[in-house]
Amino acid sequence: MNSAKLVVGPFNRVEGDLEVHLEVKDGVVSSARVNAPQYRGFERMLEGRDPRDALTITPRICGICSISQSAAAARALGHAMGLRPTPQGEGMAALIHAVENVCDHLTHFYLFFMPDFARPAYHGHDWHDAVLQRFTAMEGSGARAAVEARASLMHILGLMAGKWPHTLAIQPGGVTRTPAAAERMRILASLRSFRRFLERDLFGAPLEMFIALQTQDSLLDWHSGDAGLFLRAAASLDLAQMGLGAGRYLSFGAYPIEARFGFARGMWQDGTRHDIALGAIREDVSHAWMLGTAVHPAHGLTEPDEEMRAPGYSWCKAPRLSGLPVECGALARQVIDGHPLARDLVAKGGGVLARVGARLLEVARTQILMEELAQAIDPTALFMSQGDLPAQAEGVGLVEAARGALGHWLRIDEGQIASYQIIAPTTWNFSPRDAAGVPGPLEAALVGATVMPGEDTPLSVQHIVRSFDPCMVCTVH
Amino acid sequence: MSLLCAENPNVFDTLEDAGIRVLWHPALSVETGTEVRALLDRIMQGEVALDLLCIEGAIARGPRGTGRYQMLTGTGRSMMHWVQTLAPSARHVIAVGSCAAFGGVTTAGDNPSDAVGIQYEGSHIGGLLAPDFRDRADLPVINVAGCPTHPGWVLETLMLLKAGAFHAQDLDGYARPRFFADHLVHHGCPKNEFYEYKASARDLSEMGCMMEHLGCIGTQAVGDCNIRPWNGSGSCTSGGYPCINCTAPEFENPRHAFSQTPKIAGIPVGLPTDMPKAWFMALASLSKAATPERIARNAISDRVEIPPTLRKPRP
Repeated sequence: MNSAKLVVGPFNRVEGDLEVHLEVKDGVVSSARVNAPQYRGFERMLEGRDPRDALTITPRICGICSISQSAAAARALGHAMGLRPTPQGEGMAALIHAVENVCDHLTHFYLFFMPDFARPAYHGHDWHDAVLQRFTAMEGSGARAAVEARASLMHILGLMAGKWPHTLAIQPGGVTRTPAAAERMRILASLRSFRRFLERDLFGAPLEMFIALQTQDSLLDWHSGDAGLFLRAAASLDLAQMGLGAGRYLSFGAYPIEARFGFARGMWQDGTRHDIALGAIREDVSHAWMLGTAVHPAHGLTEPDEEMRAPGYSWCKAPRLSGLPVECGALARQVIDGHPLARDLVAKGGGVLARVGARLLEVARTQILMEELAQAIDPTALFMSQGDLPAQAEGVGLVEAARGALGHWLRIDEGQIASYQIIAPTTWNFSPRDAAGVPGPLEAALVGATVMPGEDTPLSVQHIVRSFDPCMVCTVH
Repeated sequence: MSLLCAENPNVFDTLEDAGIRVLWHPALSVETGTEVRALLDRIMQGEVALDLLCIEGAIARGPRGTGRYQMLTGTGRSMMHWVQTLAPSARHVIAVGSCAAFGGVTTAGDNPSDAVGIQYEGSHIGGLLAPDFRDRADLPVINVAGCPTHPGWVLETLMLLKAGAFHAQDLDGYARPRFFADHLVHHGCPKNEFYEYKASARDLSEMGCMMEHLGCIGTQAVGDCNIRPWNGSGSCTSGGYPCINCTAPEFENPRHAFSQTPKIAGIPVGLPTDMPKAWFMALASLSKAATPERIARNAISDRVEIPPTLRKPRP
């Protein structure tokens, strides 16, 4: 038997810093450990501050999920204040958030994930020349078209959120700026222009045709647009069987509007949808460089172990739901929302093809959702309600970032933040082992990955890691 | 990531057209793992010239001076080590964003990771690099501050450096490029008419000036945010929320809530830049008294309640 240990890092084209330790036996990954190597201590910075400061500080955890952090903070504060956004404020906040999420999906597909398929290792495949032309890192025509489409769509954020990233426009009571009727037209025009890009470049067909796909087989038969290039590569490299999931998924529900969600809240396990036992979340720290015990985030602490003692191997805590790791992200959202394509992808294994395919599906569905939100803007309505901060309260803000379930747990005492705990999507997905030795979702998905002879930074490992679209700066925060 | 919002032309075209080739960017380059480590080796051996070293993010020194809160993965060494090692061989060193420049939000509260800017610790010169550090062209670390920083600020700085058209006198007292730091956020603020009369918003979502009650310090903050738009047309104040002076050192700890103006005996603390206090007080009380009804009403409304009076041309 031939065995080796590999350390993969710096891990490029993920947001933030990541190191993956692999044990390889006979050309197959037998065990993986994931290290989130940066600790900044945002939760600790918030202690003792005015609760409203969370709206300024938490978005700055991350330059790519910034609005998601802002939305979660606004929800947590609103919950603590007993304040709900006005219906129109809630709709506008959802639109602002959806713009960021769909832009993040685009960034992931064009700039982070696809450039690996332009590598010389894939020379000779019938899709390789086209991939080289579209997806070569920083040079491909697709990459350039995508950053332009993304920057144009973000004009909606310039108009309604001041800027991206790091807006303060989303507040517990709604949004700070009231749109005029002509501005609603500008928003709709930006969205129509973005649809043109999606239908011309990404899908090469009307969005509705892609959304109508029901099965993994029909997805693999999709050959038009940049999505088609990916799917041709996926078929020839069997990405469906690479980096399989464990079948447990979590979504806090995306784009809440008057007690409904754009994409449903729930938990997926054993092939069925369940309600989330929010009280059964624990953050295990047995293999993190963190002191303490496994507790619910409402009672959580962030005490780094300066000695970085074993068995800790990451700054990331290990969140578990009812004692088990769960995967979150676009695939989880679409499965829980009940889309037949996502359900079939998960039934067939939930691997690299499923994660990326579901992200493409969600781009198409989110565009339609944004169009509906923009149509529903009522410039005569109230976009923000006002409220008072309590001296003592608790609040929870649960949202869906592009990369999955994001939660903020806040406790206010004597008018100041007494405790602030955050679980980010990649905290779930890239968690280290827990006290029972159960690996996190990525660690489990990497087992079985093929390592080709001579590879020290295996391509299969790169595809699997990036299929999750990790955000490492949010992970530890 | 704000860099990706560059427009006309996009970020990749802008860099290519300016003749700037990216050796490595952690989020955008194809190279990963051993490929990156090999590139770092070649730079260290002098086989590859490092013209522009751009650093994003503050650098952690903790725990206890080891830098192990922030490792450059795969190398077994801290970012602290790598920046100190690479900076002397770079032609120019650019701190991108307020964290890299001064420490920024990463150092908020009691600075849990003992982070620091590249050449500043807050407003004090001397960060990870010594106060007298100069690059091979005799410039200090260039602080393209801002949280976020504007894509135009970054790209124009890089293009000026590439063209050899950036000199010591082009930096302000905190080593920020003067092309944006010579402006105040107040310049071109869409709320200027409200400011002229101190017609103030009481709560976020109202249209009035946010200086008196809502923590806005755009009259003190450097940046051309209201002259060149963000994301097509935006700025913090056009978005209806206060400028928090994010281009400045130590903006992260203002000693009051970001969106609330500190006051002494009901009078806001903090004067517009270069404004004598007595004159400010006199002018403010005079202009308040002179506020037209239109401006007073609109200031506390979420939309224009009273439009400007029409004036017909003389016959």
